[in-house]
Amino acid sequence: MKVKYFAWVRERIGKAEETVEPPESVRTVGELVAWLTERGEGYAYAFEKPKVIRAAIDQTHVQPDTAIAGAREIAFFPPMTGG
Amino acid sequence: MTAIVTVRVQQQDFDTAAEIAALSHGRTDIGAVVSFSGLCRGNDHATPIAALTLEHYPGMAEAEIMRHAEQAMARWPLQGLTVIHRFGRITPGENIVLVVTASSHRQAAFEAAEFLMDYLKTNAPFWKREETTDGGSWVEAKSHDDDAAARWTK
Repeated sequence: MKVKYFAWVRERIGKAEETVEPPESVRTVGELVAWLTERGEGYAYAFEKPKVIRAAIDQTHVQPDTAIAGAREIAFFPPMTGG
Repeated sequence: MTAIVTVRVQQQDFDTAAEIAALSHGRTDIGAVVSFSGLCRGNDHATPIAALTLEHYPGMAEAEIMRHAEQAMARWPLQGLTVIHRFGRITPGENIVLVVTASSHRQAAFEAAEFLMDYLKTNAPFWKREETTDGGSWVEAKSHDDDAAARWTK
């Protein structure tokens, strides 16, 4: 699946998007965050406060307990500051 | 006449007067037009700001604004609405966002405009980065914006 990062999540990880293949044991958005956190220092820094991180699956807001099965694109980003 | 809903996410500036005129031109069923313009401030408290850079999530930004536009259309008797949100580098005094709502009477137009702005602040995927003389930093989300959006769910 494609994973996208925005704002300071993108800066801390050092890339805007990538393709990842998490193991089947990773079932929810929250579990994906935990799995990504293990990928390196930048990821650990970006996800150091997982409760702050917002997520979207296929461009719709989702919660940490949302299942990721069938997702084409998952995005992680800080709380939004538009308007 | 049918209601006109316009949502645009764009880098270039917009003409507020022209957008208001486009919504009400040639119609006699609109009695109230409310517009809100969000502008880039030149300071955040004591810190002078050289510019804001707005990052957005292309595709989702348009979809999320449209979703709330449709909610506003369902909730209030509106003849039309326009939402324009800019991205990219914006300097103090420039436009960032525009919401225009049109209705037969003012209350629906006022309320729908406020509803749309409250949700834009908390749910539309945009992130502001402030450029200051000593570098820059991402703007932090404000809890009073969450409170403002939450009151519409009551």
